[in-house]
Amino acid sequence: MMNTHFDNEKEKMLHDVNVLSFVVTEMSLYLDTHPDDRNAMEYFNHYNRMSNQAKKEYCAKYGPLTLSCADTSECGDWKWALGPMPWEGGCN
Amino acid sequence: MWNYEKRLEFPVNITTPNARLAQAVISQYGGPDGEMGASMRYLSQRYACPYREVSAILTDIGTEELAHLEMVATIVHQLTKDLSMEEIEESGFANYYVDHTIGVWPQAASGFPFSASQFQSTGDIITDLMEDMAADATSI
Repeated sequence: MMNTHFDNEKEKMLHDVNVLSFVVTEMSLYLDTHPDDRNAMEYFNHYNRMSNQAKKEYCAKYGPLTLSCADTSECGDWKWALGPMPWEGGCN
Repeated sequence: MWNYEKRLEFPVNITTPNARLAQAVISQYGGPDGEMGASMRYLSQRYACPYREVSAILTDIGTEELAHLEMVATIVHQLTKDLSMEEIEESGFANYYVDHTIGVWPQAASGFPFSASQFQSTGDIITDLMEDMAADATSI
């Protein structure tokens, strides 16, 4: 596990998104060449659900990670562009 | 098609600029074994691939290389964005700075621009696979 000290909740929630997405990505690569592995599919499904949930919770609090959660009807701001870009450092 | 996810695959948070380091790291962006070549290699090779599983993994690995590309660019950006003119001159960064200032541009450490001649797409799966293994032995 990488650095587990977090300065704030946003950083912690983004960490969870990063960790769960990493598992999902790596499992998807394995499944591409092992498409009949039922255990791997179960593992993928489990972490994919957790990853989707973590992203949904992060987006609801701190702004969209993808366009699919960039709906403006609640906040009224185009946060997709106005929030910090990932290369700005800190907790972005 | 692709969708953008507005986060880095792994966080990058560099607070001390270092132009000398940036000049080495930039090779992993646009050098002969950099992420730009890696992503274009896999994403180009997948079309002629006769096996669906392999086409799938070439697509997904090529996509992941794009995420690596973004992390490497971020490292270069954070290493160079707050440089003083003294640091630019003393570190050897001045030659890059003349053409690109602090813009991130795909080149090798030597200054050689990114080139598609640094990878192959032959239409033959075995030949491409050998090339992929050679590439990944240098650029994991």
